[in-house]
Formats: sequence, structure tokens, C-alpha cells
Amino acid sequence: MKYPITKHLKDGLLENNPVFVQFLGMCSALAVSTSVINGLGMGLAMTAILICSNVFISLLRKLIPNEVRIACYIVVISTFVTAVDLLLKAYIPSLSASLGLFIPLIVVNCIILARAEAFASKNGVLDSLFDGLFMGLGYTFALISVSLIRELFGSGTIFGIPVFDPLGLQPLLFFQTPASAFITLGVVTALVKAITNRVRARKAPKIKI
Amino acid sequence: MDLANLLLIAFSAIIVENFIFSRFLGVCPFLGVSNNPSTAFGMGLAVTFVITISNLMTFGINELILKPYRLEFLQTIAFILVIAVLVQLLEMFLKRFVPVLYHALGIYLPLITTNCAVLGAALLAVESYTSVLEATVFGFASAIGFLVAILIFAGVRERLVFADPPKSFGGMPITLIAAGLCAMAFSGFSGIDLTKSIF
Repeated sequence: MKYPITKHLKDGLLENNPVFVQFLGMCSALAVSTSVINGLGMGLAMTAILICSNVFISLLRKLIPNEVRIACYIVVISTFVTAVDLLLKAYIPSLSASLGLFIPLIVVNCIILARAEAFASKNGVLDSLFDGLFMGLGYTFALISVSLIRELFGSGTIFGIPVFDPLGLQPLLFFQTPASAFITLGVVTALVKAITNRVRARKAPKIKI
Repeated sequence: MDLANLLLIAFSAIIVENFIFSRFLGVCPFLGVSNNPSTAFGMGLAVTFVITISNLMTFGINELILKPYRLEFLQTIAFILVIAVLVQLLEMFLKRFVPVLYHALGIYLPLITTNCAVLGAALLAVESYTSVLEATVFGFASAIGFLVAILIFAGVRERLVFADPPKSFGGMPITLIAAGLCAMAFSGFSGIDLTKSIF
């Protein structure tokens, strides 16, 4: 392996987080963040597909001709997406129903294509596997943090467990509307940016000395 | 199939269930190329062109090939291949026969393959409509909805350049919040109908 696992971990979850830093895969991140269960399910489905497609494309990287590589990637990715779609329909039909269109749309999700193009097609199998795993987990982390806020304030629950009711609070219906998805994601992204900037500022002088 | 039905499909696809603001399809190009109105318009036109034709073709393929042989589980793979080939063909066709349009849309065409609005429109049409005409009208109207949304937002972003948000909100966060405010305006059309799920 070319890179240590910790580098993949830091890259995927924070420094190159696909949603907060690279702004990839926004469609699904906005759409399925209505409840934590949906966010978690979508994140894990994405992670599984990302790992499979990264490993496969990395294995085939010397066989795929450069001119038709995007078409080849899409065929590989859509195969795995179809498999995951059918598995979800068979074993977790409720999740499949609430994620709906966004499972087949993983095919055109820019995160997967971007990792295939930028990482898996240039690196070894093990590196690609860990890259897929941690990029997927980074995406899951982003989805969970947005959906946690939206579910808590929109329905007053977390994982379907009522939190607001015992406290005598009313949920805000606004957090169930599409508009709140954009605004919540915007605010969370700003928060992540502020935190990473602060951490970087704290680290910077040490390096200079 | 009457005209009123088609108009209803078109109206709800453009305004009530706008692709960007209520279905979240095509958000990546929406955020990516809405920097100025003229590129936004070019992207919107190219998307309209591709979605209309791809809906016509994917619906036909679903009815004529996938359904008779019970291959519906291959929908995703078949449609994305059709779309990729279609975009490539369109590019070649426009270059050869309609150079004016090619120069206007040229750089946006290759980006469209991975625009989830195209595959989304194809899958939604197959799921909810029964005739080719309905599916094509739905595709065209959804794409017009995308065009309207991206044009409005390009106007908003032109103003946003002069705004001075807190440092960590600069760039994408404030853009997302502006998009949220646009989405709020659009949710007025649906009367915030929460009984109906957006999926």
C-alpha cells in the first residue's frame, strides 16, 4: 500500500470529505437527509458500491483503454448499483421505498465517478479499497449530521425515538421541506469549514517554528 | 389522452415538482454552472434538448425491449448506456449538421451524461406514465423547470458576489443557503403539501 490507512481516514472523513469539501453527490445528500435512518441507509449503500467499484476499476485499470474509460466505469458502477438496488428491495423493502429513485441514481453520483477517475484508475487495489471505504464513510458522516438536525427539528425524533414530545416541544415543520435541506447543509458546511480553519490555524505556527 | 392532461403534467413538472427545488435532481450542475446567466442558459438548453430526446428513447426501449422480455431489472444499466450513447451521438450530429447549436451547447453536452436529472427523468417517466407522449412531455417540462430554476439562481448568484458573508460562510455555504431561499419561494406553489412525499 502506498498510503497509510490514517491518511485515507483523515482524507475521507475531513480534509477531502466528498460532501463538505468537494461538494460532490449533493443531490442525494439533500434529498435523503429527512431522517437519520434514511441517511444512514443511503450512506452505507453508497459505501458498499464505492468499495466494490473502486476495487473493480483498480483491478481493471491496466485493461481499460483510455478513450472509453468513462463508459467502462459507468457499466461497472451501474452493475453494482443494480445489485444493491435489488438486494435492498428484497431484504429491506421499507428503506428501499423511502430512498426510492435515489438508489438507481447512485449510478450518476459524481462521488463514485470522481473516485474512479481520480483515485482507483491510478492506484493499487488495497489503496482503492480503503479510499472507497473512507470516502463512503465521509459521505455517510455528512448525511448523518445533516439528517440528525433535520429529523430532530422536523419530526422531533432521533432514529424514530421521540425526543421533543417528553420535553413538551413542538417540531418545526419547516425542517421537513426541501428548502430546509439546502439551508441545513449550508449551515453545517460552514460549521465544518470554521472548525477545520481553526484547527489549521492552531497547527500552522508550530510548523513554522 | 387529452390536452388538459398533458398541460397538467407540464405544469406540475415545471412549477409544483420542480426538479431542483423539490426533487433535488440535477443539483450538481445547478450549483456548478450557475455562476453567470449566459452559461446557465446554455446548460439549461442543452439539458432540455437531451432530456426530451432521452425520455422519448428510453420510454420506447422500455416498452419495446425490456418489458416484452421481462428485463425491467436492467433499466438502470440500459438507460444510462442509452443516455451516454445519445449524448455522444447528439454531439456528433450537431457538430456536422447544426454547427450554430453545437457552438452554443458544445461544452455542456459531455457533462450531461452524469447529470442525474437525465437518468432521473427517464426512470420517473417509466414509473409513472403510460404513453410515449406523456413521457416526452414530462421530460420536456421537467427540463424547462430545470432551465427556469438555473436561470433564476444565476441571477441570484450575480448579486451574491457583492455580498459579504462571515468568512466560514463564504463560497458554497452561502450559495446553498441562497438556493434554500429560492426553494422556499418555490414551495409556495405546492402550498407546502406535506401529506404527499416528494419521492
